[in-house]
Amino acid sequence: MMIQLKGLHKTYKGAQPLHVLKGIDLNIEEGEFVAIMGASGSGKSTLLNILGILDDYDEGKYTLGGTLIKDLSETKAAGYRNRMIGFVFQSFNLIPYKDALENVALPLFYQGVSRRKRNTIAMEYLDKVGLRDWAHHLPNEMSGGQKQRVAIARALITHPKIILADEPTGALDSKTTVEVMELLKELNQQGLTIIVVTHEADVAAQTNRTIHIVDGVIV
Amino acid sequence: MIEIFREIFGSLSRNKLRSLATGFAVACGIFLLIILQGTSNGIIHTFERASEGFSFDAIHVFPGFTSKPYNGIKEGRRIKLDDSDSEVTQRNFPNELSSVIAQISHTANSASFGKNYLSNVSLQGAQPSTQEMEALQLLEGRFINPIDLREQRKVIVISDKNREDLFKHGERAINQQVRIDGITFAVVGIYKDDGMMSGNDFYAPLTTLKTIYGKGYDIDQLQLKSKGLDTEEKNEAFEKAFRKVMGNRHEFASDDRSALWIWNSASENADMTKAKNILHTSFWILGLLTLLSGIVGVSNIMLITVKERTHEFGIRKAIGATPWNIISMVVLESIVITTIFGYIGMLLGIIFCEGMDVYYGNQTMDMGFFQSSIFVDPTVDIATCIHATIVMIIAGALAGFFPASKAAQVKPIEALRG
Repeated sequence: MMIQLKGLHKTYKGAQPLHVLKGIDLNIEEGEFVAIMGASGSGKSTLLNILGILDDYDEGKYTLGGTLIKDLSETKAAGYRNRMIGFVFQSFNLIPYKDALENVALPLFYQGVSRRKRNTIAMEYLDKVGLRDWAHHLPNEMSGGQKQRVAIARALITHPKIILADEPTGALDSKTTVEVMELLKELNQQGLTIIVVTHEADVAAQTNRTIHIVDGVIV
Repeated sequence: MIEIFREIFGSLSRNKLRSLATGFAVACGIFLLIILQGTSNGIIHTFERASEGFSFDAIHVFPGFTSKPYNGIKEGRRIKLDDSDSEVTQRNFPNELSSVIAQISHTANSASFGKNYLSNVSLQGAQPSTQEMEALQLLEGRFINPIDLREQRKVIVISDKNREDLFKHGERAINQQVRIDGITFAVVGIYKDDGMMSGNDFYAPLTTLKTIYGKGYDIDQLQLKSKGLDTEEKNEAFEKAFRKVMGNRHEFASDDRSALWIWNSASENADMTKAKNILHTSFWILGLLTLLSGIVGVSNIMLITVKERTHEFGIRKAIGATPWNIISMVVLESIVITTIFGYIGMLLGIIFCEGMDVYYGNQTMDMGFFQSSIFVDPTVDIATCIHATIVMIIAGALAGFFPASKAAQVKPIEALRG
């Protein structure tokens, strides 16, 4: 079992407390390709943040690859994010003043890998996503599809347990959407666990399993 | 470490204008700090040069009037010192004093040579040791010698300034006869007028003055030369003991300070050292305050930068940067900016100081009665540069710290939204 969620509750505190997740139970096996769908406000982003150790939860239990993720210090959470999770975002989130190679290599910088070694590894991954020739281009010199492939290479470089993709095709046209989805499928076939958050039905259709969230519960 | 610096240079060169603007404030601060230091050094060196002619072991004692009743005698009595005081002093303080000279002086109405004359000339009774005591530099001839004293010769040593006044046609002054209130003295030596004081003093043998002006055994002043009184406490202890001895002899209270006036060059010197330290410290404080405004500038710009880069920090945190990674990056960026631009400022400051040295270092100012160099060597030493470097690094760290802790608090979720 790669991901195990049991009775997960999350409430945003404030003047008017917002109970976003109301008891989520979810198991995801290793090598699964899962889509999470839901309307805005349904809690799917919150769920993704918790899965990505970007946010805390109040009640329940979350284990990722056998490790209990709960009440972590910021430093420890950063370490887990670095080693266990690869993020792919809708807006790519590349660092604008770093070229493709440096962007891909950045997670290894935080593991203390030497510059030469991490650049070699980053080049391999760029090659894998078909962007070897674009290694020294800045993000603003690349198309959306290319940027997203750079982001995927960056997500892969630390050999994470899971890939979390938040609307990975949301900013792409239909042609590049197909390209990116093909790449994700290919990675899944190589055995990687991938979770995609999307509101597009045809994207969800390309995954093995679709989970619908409505008002903070899985239906 | 090299890795971190690569990362930092990457982000600094990303926005050159921002880095330049930030650095400019620091460069200015350090530039002014160095110039202030150079200026204060110039003033201090000027002090030191002006005091080169002084000996710091001279103590002058003048008789005064009592201000307290003592043993039934009313206050306001005049104290007279005489020859025996000099012997008693010598006998009582063999460890503290290396020499004691009884000094008498006489003010003459005029001194003349041919048609040239000086009025209100002060004749100082001198002994051979007077030369050293008053740090007189002889330009020509000789000083008063023991034979002059023994034979009560009518000889004088005059200053180079007075020589010009009396011998206007450039005659050789040595062995010329100068008339002082009708009595002729032969000039045997010329001393250099240091421009600070006593330019109108004529030195004549002590014994000669006693005989001619009927001073008898009374003396005007005791000139003491101390030895080993190297701390303020020792000087004070000596002065106290000395007042007590004199008080017993001349019947005045030993704490009656107006009965004896003591001028101690050692304590003058201590005062001057204190003044120098105050000057030095205040210039440092001024410089640091200037630098502080630079730091606040850096801090402000770093704060804006952090805000601008919120998104970037969010990305970095999402892919595994710890809060400490972020803090150290921002602080180091700030230190790198401050240090690089600080060095530029320091270099410019040093060049400026050297320039001041070239232009003003050798200029002198004529203040009428004395001449003075305005600036002597207004430059900074290596110690100041090292201090400034340490200050810069600390300043950079301080300037970066608050923005950095702000950056570390960036929540990746919020930064990554949209």
